[in-house]
Amino acid sequence: MDSLLNAQTVLSTLDATLRVSTPLILCAMAGLFSERSGIIDISLEGKMLSAAFASGALAAVTGSAWIALAGAIITSILLSLLHGFACITNRGDQVVSGLAINVLASGLTIVLGIAWFSQGGQTPALASEARFMPFELPLIESIAHIPFIGPFMQSVISGHNLLVYVALLAVPLTWWIVYKTRFGLQLRAVGENPLAVDTAGISVSQLRYKSVMIAGILCGIAGTYLAIAQNAAFAREMTAGQGYIALAAMIFGKWRPVPALLACLMFGFLDAVSIRLQGVALPGIGEVPVQLIQALPYVLTVVLLAGFIGKAVAPKAIGVPFVKER
Amino acid sequence: MSTSNIELPAWIEILLIPILNICMALFFAGLIIFAIGENPIDAVRIMLTGAFGYDEGVGYTLYYTTNFIFTGLAVAIAFHARLFNIGGEGQAYFAGLGIGLTFLLLDGMLPAILLIPIGILAAALFGALWALIPAWLQAYRGSHIVITTIMFNFIASSLMVYLLVNVLIKPGSMSPETREFSEQSWLPFMHDVLSNFGIEVTRTPLNMSFVLALVCCLVVWIYIWKTRWGYALRTAGQSEAAAVYAGIKPKRIIIITMCISGALAGLVAVNEIMGVHHRLILNFTAGYGFTGIAVALMGRNHPLGIIMASLLFGVLYQGGAELAFEMPKITREMVVAIQGLIILFSGALALMLRPAIVKIWLAIRPIPSTPDMGGQHG
Amino acid sequence: MINQPLANQPLSIELRKISKRFGRVQANKDIDLKVQRGTIHGIVGENGAGKSTLMSILYGFYQADKGEILINGKPVKIKSSRDAISSGIGMVHQHFMLVDTFTVLENVILGAEQSALLKASEVNAREALQHLSDEYQMSVPLDALVGELPVGQQQRTEILKALYRNAEILILDEPTGVLTPQEADQLFRVLQALKERGVTVILITHKLREIMDITDNVSVLRLGEIVSTHRTADTSTAELAELMVGRKLQTQQFNKIDNPTTDNGIEVRNLTVTDERGLTRLDNVSFEVKRGEIVGIAGVAGNGQSTLLEVLAGIQSPGSGSFTINDYQVDANSPITPKEMREIGVQHVPEDRLRLGLVKSFSAAESSVLGYQNRKRFNWRLFLNIRKIRAACKKLMQAFDVRPPDPKLKSSSFSGGNQQKLILARELDKSPAVLLVGQPTRGVDIGAIELIHQKIIDIRDDNCAVLLVSVELDEIMTLSDHIIVMFEGHIVGTMKGSDADKTTLGLMMANAMDDAA
Repeated sequence: MDSLLNAQTVLSTLDATLRVSTPLILCAMAGLFSERSGIIDISLEGKMLSAAFASGALAAVTGSAWIALAGAIITSILLSLLHGFACITNRGDQVVSGLAINVLASGLTIVLGIAWFSQGGQTPALASEARFMPFELPLIESIAHIPFIGPFMQSVISGHNLLVYVALLAVPLTWWIVYKTRFGLQLRAVGENPLAVDTAGISVSQLRYKSVMIAGILCGIAGTYLAIAQNAAFAREMTAGQGYIALAAMIFGKWRPVPALLACLMFGFLDAVSIRLQGVALPGIGEVPVQLIQALPYVLTVVLLAGFIGKAVAPKAIGVPFVKER
Repeated sequence: MSTSNIELPAWIEILLIPILNICMALFFAGLIIFAIGENPIDAVRIMLTGAFGYDEGVGYTLYYTTNFIFTGLAVAIAFHARLFNIGGEGQAYFAGLGIGLTFLLLDGMLPAILLIPIGILAAALFGALWALIPAWLQAYRGSHIVITTIMFNFIASSLMVYLLVNVLIKPGSMSPETREFSEQSWLPFMHDVLSNFGIEVTRTPLNMSFVLALVCCLVVWIYIWKTRWGYALRTAGQSEAAAVYAGIKPKRIIIITMCISGALAGLVAVNEIMGVHHRLILNFTAGYGFTGIAVALMGRNHPLGIIMASLLFGVLYQGGAELAFEMPKITREMVVAIQGLIILFSGALALMLRPAIVKIWLAIRPIPSTPDMGGQHG
Repeated sequence: MINQPLANQPLSIELRKISKRFGRVQANKDIDLKVQRGTIHGIVGENGAGKSTLMSILYGFYQADKGEILINGKPVKIKSSRDAISSGIGMVHQHFMLVDTFTVLENVILGAEQSALLKASEVNAREALQHLSDEYQMSVPLDALVGELPVGQQQRTEILKALYRNAEILILDEPTGVLTPQEADQLFRVLQALKERGVTVILITHKLREIMDITDNVSVLRLGEIVSTHRTADTSTAELAELMVGRKLQTQQFNKIDNPTTDNGIEVRNLTVTDERGLTRLDNVSFEVKRGEIVGIAGVAGNGQSTLLEVLAGIQSPGSGSFTINDYQVDANSPITPKEMREIGVQHVPEDRLRLGLVKSFSAAESSVLGYQNRKRFNWRLFLNIRKIRAACKKLMQAFDVRPPDPKLKSSSFSGGNQQKLILARELDKSPAVLLVGQPTRGVDIGAIELIHQKIIDIRDDNCAVLLVSVELDEIMTLSDHIIVMFEGHIVGTMKGSDADKTTLGLMMANAMDDAA
């Protein structure tokens, strides 16, 4: 009985891990595209928040999850273009630009939310037709009886909404684009040595604009997930720092897709566990403060950046506007 | 052809372009207000009346201004050493802990004349401490200070929640806050001070830390431009090579500057905890640390500019509250959006107009100046 | 002037009246150049003669202000690297344009991918590169990370990159600067092979021996203009050296100190310095500078003089060996800081005045105390005494004729000459026992040059030991009592100032003494 309960707990914690990791994974991949091209992106948070608002609002108005998704992606891409306009075209400070987008999104989503829906910054609650709802994977019943794998597939892998699977697919796709395509080669090069890219006859600006736009698409999906898949409405400040956690995860993954995924899952797991551990005394350790677990992603990232556990080497040209004239 | 090497007269660089940038930000803010169906002109009028129209409004405006001066100065001094301190929020928060611990320990034992300076010092010290770690990591381990200070904001937040919920909480209380500190530790309210001089004004949170903020402006101005340490700081910020040549140690400058920056941010806790709340509470920093970035960018990192920018944000905060009352469609978060626009136009897009202005200037300038010294070639 | 008509082969490149100006500096002026197909054409010139600018124009980094470029007889517009590549031009830059974290193969295909997927491109490129490296006998490990390869192999990667893009014209900018002699020999064999297969090679260098060894024709660039084009066989290192250095107006004459005191101001013993890339910057250098004597270090830029100056000033630490400066012994175990140097009476006028010597955004007064900001006379208790600083600056400005003599003006708004005078004034004002001077008149107008030279002579006559580093041979010859020539980090020759002659020095600078003999 006891062991069954534990197995149940483990499975449902893993299930929750996947759910809370989804926006992290999408944003981490977004950050990866942007930063690999040499553009610091602390505006993951703001893009995701804006996208969440756009999707919540559109889903409420149109009743279509797909229109909401499209609108969210467009919103997020527009913010990416703003970031690009500031950092690539006008050679502005990338951190300042990212911060501006975060602050702007934080204010504007609430202002517009209240102006349009008068629900204290929330968007109206959505019917399930206007959301991405969980579904069971096909054939999952047929393997349910296999020990270990069956229950794992059934309660952890299956039963999520579409966007969770999109996030999981985004990782191999990112990996494939970054390491196996022409665009990926140029992307990696431009973050390391834009002059080499320029002398090879490739436009640095175009390449960087493309990269930040891809980041926009992914943040758009992440925001949609928050507002109309994981939840049934947009709520003010609903990203709650997850954009920064994703950034931390990407750094923790040393700007690589698979390690970044693992970092996201680890941070997501910490989050899932922290909810479960609230008020529970662990044998031998006693009660672990929830806040400690919540702060762990940030602490770990700082420790990593300090070079105490392996060295996280950022793309060499990151943060430096490309100036052709010498 | 690049226009970045062409020099413009000082009045264009430090007045015209910044003002145009702010105008653009405010123009877009107006557009937003218009878009949600209100009249921007009316909104401005309501805001100004709310901020200056009566003494209570003025009090609140200046109370907000106080916080922005502290955080704006914190960001600005770091900028002069070419460091970007995004951690003002966390440093201010942690400074609150300094005050809290000090007062929980001492407030029954010491008179106000000792307690208040000790409280201020504790805030500065804890703020500096929270900046010291990212500074050290930047100087000696090469960790990017932007990322580490962001992380430290979150760490401070979790730490404070933990301490307030589990350790420092007033016994028997449900809400996560400490007991109220003894009255000896309170900074005098401005309305109380003024009534000593026979001037009666409405009660507002405005307290003596406003004076402290103005003193800090003066001190920072003197430090940066009038002392050899400020000289070293500016040299290191302008050119690391020149600093090394001049016998200045850039790593040391990073550490010292960030500590000063953190200490200044920490003084927000003096205004909030010692001046207003008189107990340590959750989230008393309320985003003031981030606003400091907008303030510094807008005030061009000069104390005088920072006072002006802080005042503007004070007006936005106080007037914004009034506006939310008068125009239900507009909420206080409008101020946050405007803040974002200002960071965008005064910061990230600060140079957007310059090429065009250079062209206009070259076309209309009164006398052709001597040709510039010419670029390097080879 | 073209000394003789070149043989009637088709031209690969023709430049007509190419001019380029940066502010007041005329980097290229009416350049006419004809390069025949399948030849190796050398371009020589001193630093700042305009070689790199010319090549940057050819590769699309800059656009010429006027003039025409013809490739294979057809006029082309080269607005970007892309245009250059499609015109069949490949370039090996002095600083390689490689991505360190990429493999050789990835670097080669970057920008020349054949399809959206890398796999096909990689297979193709691997095959093509195999052919190329067989053909020219330059094997490079295709799957090694470029950052981990020795410099010679990185350079081959650059060449392979160009060849993979079907370059018919290959430009190499100072290709041997970073190579060992063996690597350089290998490079020349490759260039020969390329030439035999019809590739046109342009070799930019300041090393005359290389020109003599491998080029077919050679053009000399001086002060932005082509002063001669020869068939290499018809010229000599001596002639090229003279053309390269040129003759300038005889300016000042100063007395030379042939027999100075025996008291050493600087004594350098077996100094060796290696940079972070593992390249030897200073190679077992020993010399001394007596008090009351100017020792000039001649050499083409980048041959270790800058490192020497920075080590002696306390900015870089000495690797092995030691030196004594104003009687203070310094080595790796007992290093000294720039601050301490100033305190012991060693003053330093840096080579790069805009990066080190002053702070552009500071007022002239503020720049005039750079390095001395902690001195008592400029401070009052906690504060800088700005009034005293301004007064002191004003005095310096008057003594050195800095114009306009306004301490409140921004440092960057002074002309190069006036900036330099201000820096010199600041350092000489401290009555140095030892003075280190780098490029005192670079970018300085004639009038200021005379004053600067006079001041340096004056301080020598006050028994100061002066070490002068300059790439201007005239300056070295005018000022120095003793001349040391550096080449690739070591001392290749010394001479008394009184019997220095330009040709010999030019040959020493190009390390070509044996050839001329």
